[in-house]
Amino acid sequence: MPESGKQIIRVKDLNKSFSGIKALDSIQFDLYPGEVHALMGENGAGKSTFMKILMGLILPDSGSINFNGELIENMDVHKMLQKGISMIHQEILMVPELTVAQNIFLGREFKGRVWVDEHQLDQQSQELLNLIGIDLNVKTKAKQLSIAQMQLIEIAKAISNHAKVIIMDEPSSALSAKECELLFKIIKDLKSKGVAIIYISHKLEEIFRIADRITVLRDGKYITTKNTNELDKNSLISLMVGREIENLFDSDSRVPGNVILEVKGLTKKGKFEHIKFQVHAREVLGIAGLMGAGRTEIARAIFGLDKIDSGEILLKGHKIEIRSPKDAIEQGIVYVSEDRKALGFIPELSVIENITLSNLKNFSKRGFIQTKKETKVSSQMVDDLKIKAAGLKQKVINLSGGNQQKIVIAKALLTSPALLILDEPTRGIDIGAKHEIYKLINQLANNGLAVIIISSELPEILGMSDRILVLSKGKQTAILNKQEASQEKIMHYAIH
Amino acid sequence: MQYINNIRQYGLLIVFGIICLIISLITPQFLTISNLTIIVTQVSINALLAFGVTFVIITGGIDLSLGSIVAVSGVTSAMLAHPDSYPVLIPIIMGLLAGLLMGAFNGFIITKSKIAPFIVTLGTMTIGRGLALILSDGRPVSNLSDSFNYLGSGTVLGIPVLILIFILVFVLCSIILNKTILGRYIYAIGGNEQAARASGINIDRVKLSVYSISGLLAGLAGILLASRITTGQPNAGAGFELDAIAAVVIGGTSTAGGRGTMAGTLIGVLLIGVINNGLDLLNVTSYYQQVVMGIIIIGAVVLDSLNQKSTS
Repeated sequence: MPESGKQIIRVKDLNKSFSGIKALDSIQFDLYPGEVHALMGENGAGKSTFMKILMGLILPDSGSINFNGELIENMDVHKMLQKGISMIHQEILMVPELTVAQNIFLGREFKGRVWVDEHQLDQQSQELLNLIGIDLNVKTKAKQLSIAQMQLIEIAKAISNHAKVIIMDEPSSALSAKECELLFKIIKDLKSKGVAIIYISHKLEEIFRIADRITVLRDGKYITTKNTNELDKNSLISLMVGREIENLFDSDSRVPGNVILEVKGLTKKGKFEHIKFQVHAREVLGIAGLMGAGRTEIARAIFGLDKIDSGEILLKGHKIEIRSPKDAIEQGIVYVSEDRKALGFIPELSVIENITLSNLKNFSKRGFIQTKKETKVSSQMVDDLKIKAAGLKQKVINLSGGNQQKIVIAKALLTSPALLILDEPTRGIDIGAKHEIYKLINQLANNGLAVIIISSELPEILGMSDRILVLSKGKQTAILNKQEASQEKIMHYAIH
Repeated sequence: MQYINNIRQYGLLIVFGIICLIISLITPQFLTISNLTIIVTQVSINALLAFGVTFVIITGGIDLSLGSIVAVSGVTSAMLAHPDSYPVLIPIIMGLLAGLLMGAFNGFIITKSKIAPFIVTLGTMTIGRGLALILSDGRPVSNLSDSFNYLGSGTVLGIPVLILIFILVFVLCSIILNKTILGRYIYAIGGNEQAARASGINIDRVKLSVYSISGLLAGLAGILLASRITTGQPNAGAGFELDAIAAVVIGGTSTAGGRGTMAGTLIGVLLIGVINNGLDLLNVTSYYQQVVMGIIIIGAVVLDSLNQKSTS
């Protein structure tokens, strides 16, 4: 790439260890103005640690970082922000009660004689948003924004900060297709203004579309840096995982068994209405639909997290009433949420403690926990699901996203469910872990479990499901068989 | 998590050891059996409250009504403990019941109304103080039976009954927190309440349990205090909840919930006792003692947060 320009960032032999474990091992990296440089690697490859070092959040053990030719020492967040490095985080931090304008200029307010000059604040913010092409009133309070809107505002904030380097960590994970287009357009504009972008994403399509160069990390080690046109999807994947993955889904054909779950006329006003479907043993039912179509809401209602207004839920032919997740789990229904952090695991508890949390009664006598039994079963689960942790006592907060997801699935499986509902089971997870989770789902379905998969990724829905339920604006528009389903057909019914 | 907790606890233990060493070097009276017995006896009431509220704080809650519960239970038991009235078991049971009921009331309102524990227990604090004054007609309840007074001043095999109860309660609370389902659920709820609910945990039942335990132990503390001062004082216990919370916080329990240990609280309680005792021996007036204690509370939390940063 642009050998002409001078590097804005140059990183040499960066090392970082955490309590004796190497998180980064001789990392090399360079970045030119006006380039989009993708940083690729599985979860746990060291991308986050590396970005944290660039942001000055943690200090490296050794190695050098040059910014605009100047060696940076004693980095801290403030210094890096001043130099012009901004990061768009996966989790967005906005003050909910403040307006968009107030959030954009938080900490950099225009002072009037005594009060903050709100008028100028609004005006400048509106100009900024118009410039980028975000159609939004700057007086809107942050709490009313969608995640996608917040993400775009964060980018606006970075631009207003005169950022020379913007780090984008999974910026598109919450965006719709239309919003993604806007993001790519913004990125293009930024490039033309000479802003350098470090782009982290698990979506390979995006990378090949927008990245100029790609640097791959694996297990904390620097693997290579290549121009995007020197790579294709398969070669990139094998660089990331260090081996070839042939068939991502490798689903088998199976014969469904008896009806496990049946819902009739399921309605929650404003969310979904008259939902009617069956799931059989040895079957994977996919639920597809656009964001806001009511997919997650249906799952939450079946699992007892939300109340329904009307409708029936039958389990193995018997009508059941579910008032809480506890009821659902006792009946044999378990739900793995799309929001791991909020509903999935307890960050401060260990691997064991999380895995057995839904089923502690089976590991106890008269209220006392039988640690040996608990450890034995958990370590079996850790082996079966190939969970990578420093030990069974490691806190789950310190695991990578893919392993956290496996912990949540392990916890669900340990309740010996009849029906497993997986909501976006592979969101934000690297391709290796994805493959393992798909294998696991197939294996579980083949062994007789009824599975519901909710996903925004159509290839995932198509690859995994035996039948596909399509929702549009809270209404059920189709149930498609595997043979008749295609991306086009699903989209047709999803925008019905 | 055990591993990191251990490191943190040892850190606190080292600080505790250093402070003991310094005090014993300055004042030779410090390291004597009789003085150490005095310290442990003095902190035992605070210890019971602190152990109880440790459960509450790990769930992410708080209990400000402890001092008032001490008064209600103290007055209740004292009123039933006059010589030749009831067997000594009756005032004890009724005192414990008073504490348990007030704790359960806290738990019930918090779970059903979803009002912040801070507000609910602030209300109960005022209600409890009023109840204690109503029950006793605003006057100290004295003339208590010898067998009742034995609890607070007697000894078994030369060891004060208070200290024996203190040790027993510590062991029981540690077992509940570390070995039982309830203990695991307490950590889970404090760590991530929504995820705990989605894991099938009955959140309301656990919260009801922790506030009930906290109330019950405050009830026990109230009985022991009444017995020790041979009077049921309706004004007793004012501000006790803050000492208890201070001990818990010094012991490394996070007020945000999800993290903390009974052993940490034990050390927190002892640390407060040792410092007060040391300052007493050095003839430092109680005015200065309060300033020192405040500095220690803040210092402990600052140290803990630095510790957190370096381990994460």
